[in-house]
Amino acid sequence: MHAFSYHKPSTLGDALSLVAKQSEGKILAGGQSLVQAMKLRLASPTDLIDLSGIKDLAGIKVEGSSVTIGAMTRHADVENNADVKKMIPALARLAGGIGDRQVRHMGTIGGSVANSDPAACYPAAVLGLGATIVTNKRKIAADDFFKGLFETALETGELITAVTFPTVKRAGYIKFKNPASRFALVGVFVAETSGGVRVAVTGAASCVFRATAIEKALTAKFDPDAVPADTIKADTLNADLHGSAEYRAHLITVMAKRAVTQAVGK
Amino acid sequence: MNAPLIGARIERKEDYRFLTGAGQYTDDVTLPGQTHAVFVRSPHAHATLKSIDKSKALKAPGVLAVFTGEDLKVGGLPCGWLITDVNGQPMKEPVHPSLAQGKVRHVGDQVAVVIAETLDQAQDAAGLVEVDYGVLPSVTSTDKARAKGAPQLHEIAPDNTCYVWAIGDKAACDAAFSKAAHVTKLDLVNNRLIPNAIEPRAANGMYSRADDSYTLYVASQNPHVERLLMTAFVLGLPEHKVRVVAPDVGGGFGSKIYLYAEDVVVTWASKQINRPVKWTCERSESFVSDAHGRDHVTTVELAMDKDGKFLGMRVKTTANVGAYLSTFASCVPTILYATLLAGQYTTPVIHCEVTAVFTNTVPVDAYRGAGRPEATYVVERVVEQAAREMKLDPAEIRRRNFIKTFPYQTPVALMYDTGDYEATLSAAIKMADVAGFPARRKASEAKGKLRGLGYAAYIEACGIAPSNIAGALGARAGLFEAGEVRMHPTGSCTVFTGSHSHGQGHETTFAQVVADRLGLPIESVDIVHGDTSKILFGMGTYGSRSIAVGGTAIYKALDKIIAKGKKIAAHLMEAAETDIEYDRGVFKVAGTDKQKTIGEVSFAAYVPHNYPLDKLEPGLNENAFYDPTNFTFPAGSYVCEVEIDPDTGVTKIEKFTAVDDFGNIINPMIVEGQVHGGLTQGIGQALLEGCKYDPESGQLITGSYMDYTMPRADDVPNYQVDTRVTACTHNPLGVKGCGEAGAIGAPAALMNAITDALQVYGINDLPMPASPQTVWKTIQNAKQKKAA
Repeated sequence: MHAFSYHKPSTLGDALSLVAKQSEGKILAGGQSLVQAMKLRLASPTDLIDLSGIKDLAGIKVEGSSVTIGAMTRHADVENNADVKKMIPALARLAGGIGDRQVRHMGTIGGSVANSDPAACYPAAVLGLGATIVTNKRKIAADDFFKGLFETALETGELITAVTFPTVKRAGYIKFKNPASRFALVGVFVAETSGGVRVAVTGAASCVFRATAIEKALTAKFDPDAVPADTIKADTLNADLHGSAEYRAHLITVMAKRAVTQAVGK
Repeated sequence: MNAPLIGARIERKEDYRFLTGAGQYTDDVTLPGQTHAVFVRSPHAHATLKSIDKSKALKAPGVLAVFTGEDLKVGGLPCGWLITDVNGQPMKEPVHPSLAQGKVRHVGDQVAVVIAETLDQAQDAAGLVEVDYGVLPSVTSTDKARAKGAPQLHEIAPDNTCYVWAIGDKAACDAAFSKAAHVTKLDLVNNRLIPNAIEPRAANGMYSRADDSYTLYVASQNPHVERLLMTAFVLGLPEHKVRVVAPDVGGGFGSKIYLYAEDVVVTWASKQINRPVKWTCERSESFVSDAHGRDHVTTVELAMDKDGKFLGMRVKTTANVGAYLSTFASCVPTILYATLLAGQYTTPVIHCEVTAVFTNTVPVDAYRGAGRPEATYVVERVVEQAAREMKLDPAEIRRRNFIKTFPYQTPVALMYDTGDYEATLSAAIKMADVAGFPARRKASEAKGKLRGLGYAAYIEACGIAPSNIAGALGARAGLFEAGEVRMHPTGSCTVFTGSHSHGQGHETTFAQVVADRLGLPIESVDIVHGDTSKILFGMGTYGSRSIAVGGTAIYKALDKIIAKGKKIAAHLMEAAETDIEYDRGVFKVAGTDKQKTIGEVSFAAYVPHNYPLDKLEPGLNENAFYDPTNFTFPAGSYVCEVEIDPDTGVTKIEKFTAVDDFGNIINPMIVEGQVHGGLTQGIGQALLEGCKYDPESGQLITGSYMDYTMPRADDVPNYQVDTRVTACTHNPLGVKGCGEAGAIGAPAALMNAITDALQVYGINDLPMPASPQTVWKTIQNAKQKKAA
């Protein structure tokens, strides 16, 4: 690891002015990806601006039928939050399945969403539930947020402050883990919302995406057997040692079925 | 007198320090004036070194020295075992330099070393060493190494061939095949593994100008062997000027047996800069620098009569030794492999030919089991397949062929002293509830799952080895062990052993043996190992040899302690020596109530006021060297039951039953721990682990835990383990060794279970590791073939 300066601002304003000053700096929002990259000398920021001192950024609030999760809320706090468990149980389960216990007590929803790792779980929930990403500047719909491999709609100097999830009729998330890394080789989030079914797939491609053909079939009939096979073309998917594109395409169907099974509580 | 300690579940004496963070590993050793080394390694699989410019690195802050192969002109790292090929020629031994000499031959090959005041400074400067590589085409795959036009690694080894070696009577074997009613044939790959000890390798070399001596702290399984090889073959130093200390070592599995380049470099460099030099391997660095394991490609044929009685076995194996010959690389796919191909069976003739090839990969050497897992995999896979083809129950075909009378001379050199293979097999069948399997299979099928059951009846040759036999087979060292028992005046005891403990629990097991025989509380016995300045000599720990060879050496030293104690006791009690009876710490005059304890005798030996000084030296300290007369032959039967999800290809191990015969057992708890660990490594090989190189670039694809699948707790079931005992006939403790068994037997049992489950698709083989993708793809291919 290269040497760096560490900052721990206590207000969002201080954080933003530090971000503006340190062009080679990085935001530390849990550090479960960034610190690993720094240890391997793949990332060498001059400054780390740790958001964990900003109290307003952590916490879970219920407003009407939506749940707003502060950007610095740890996965373990989402996993164990009574409101989340009651209102969007699939989200609590998803959070409880990220990484391991240590990761879940350090990693944050804002950090995960901003990183847009192609194999991360949270983007599937954000896109699958049609959440809204709240930043210091604006509100961004999930459908407009994830742009590609480690790429989002966030602009320079823009920080995620919270993610707002609408409650849905029912939802499920199943991931098939990469045997080595335990990241999602394929993860499918299925949600039955008032506006139809949303299906988000993570792990399979360079960025989380919606499986529209499966959504259509499930909107007609929300049942595991309604999930159509072979709707995702393999040539759009990732291939690596643990999963060819063909295997991933197949797993999307299988995981979608299992996510629906979970959602309907069979 | 204490309750007997041999056979007791004594909690491990060493665990307090390990569990409370008080262990002292090589990286914990920081010497006055400590400096830090970082190695510059080749990013290419095969390249010439056109030039190395170290000027920028030398100017970097804190840098003390940068050395390359130009600076370090010493002997190559030696190979400790000479294999003679089928034409009577010695194997090809290309120079294995500590720092590359003009060429690099695998990703990770060490090119230069940067030494600085701090580790960060050394890391920064390592990035400033400018190496101009002339990239060459590479070959990494075992079966392509000898292909026409394959890139050549070493001038002295045409066709990348180290040796072609054979064992067994080929003509007799061919004759047996000509009479066979049926021949079963399998093509098998034993996948390459990366060891992954929890403590990465580390070395800290220190030179003392005062007496021109060196001390090397190193994460090693055998400090004396390390010293011998480094001084005699590489650095040309007198042995008495080098002390090697292997303090607490966090696992080895074979990978810390060898003399590595880094150990040589830090020792040598400590004199060049007159400061101690420490190197601790990074985890990602260990993937490309620790010796790998396995990597065989094999064709096996088994000839049978109409009743499934084995008539002969033919085996042809290509073994990948990597870019250079590591310390014991040459004997693993030969002496430790082909001699085990009889397994537990009476197969009368066996012929095996082994071709060892060089490739642009990390050197391959012994890894937990070393040759014996490969042999068991070949034998037990082909036997299970033979049962299928002969429509025999897999247990029944084994029973028909079991060796039942001992000693038994196999057709591949070994002489098994004892065993009871039926006992372990029938116990395993009962424990695994094989009778209930059909019902469990039905239940799985109802859920859309496939269930399979597989066996493996393994044998291993442990307690390595009788030195004269090893020498005749090419070993360049003896394979005895040394032990020393030092009674202290006030009755406690320190024991010095040449065996090395790096997780095995010797500090407890050996102490149990000593405390039991001397009638001492176990707290009064300490085991010291891992330091050439304290211990007489040692050949170290590998091949499940510690209790059988190292334990026996201690036992022999105890014999001498007791013999001398009898003389002292006789004097103290004014009796004839022949009238002294000894039992666990108490010397008695036969037929009387007169007695002296070992503590009293020891006190008399060191405070010899009333002592036969005219006939006997004072003191009570004895040592012994022990060279075994035969290998030991642990054996057992494993039964594995799996459930496969055909939709995803995921294999779940539902049950794993292991019944082993390790001879007498000193500490059943430690033995169970060894079996659990071995099984997990074996399951790791079959289901999860697999080293992969990119065939084009020669890059290591599985270079981190993101891609290399280490087994985790939730990958394995709760094991059912038990033992049966036939005592070893040629060592006084009747022990055989247990460290490697699980890793030897598990892969075949698991793959036999998986192929059993996949019989519905007519699948008889699939490669290890049977990852979800591999299982799924194999099923898809079989379905397509069926449809076509």
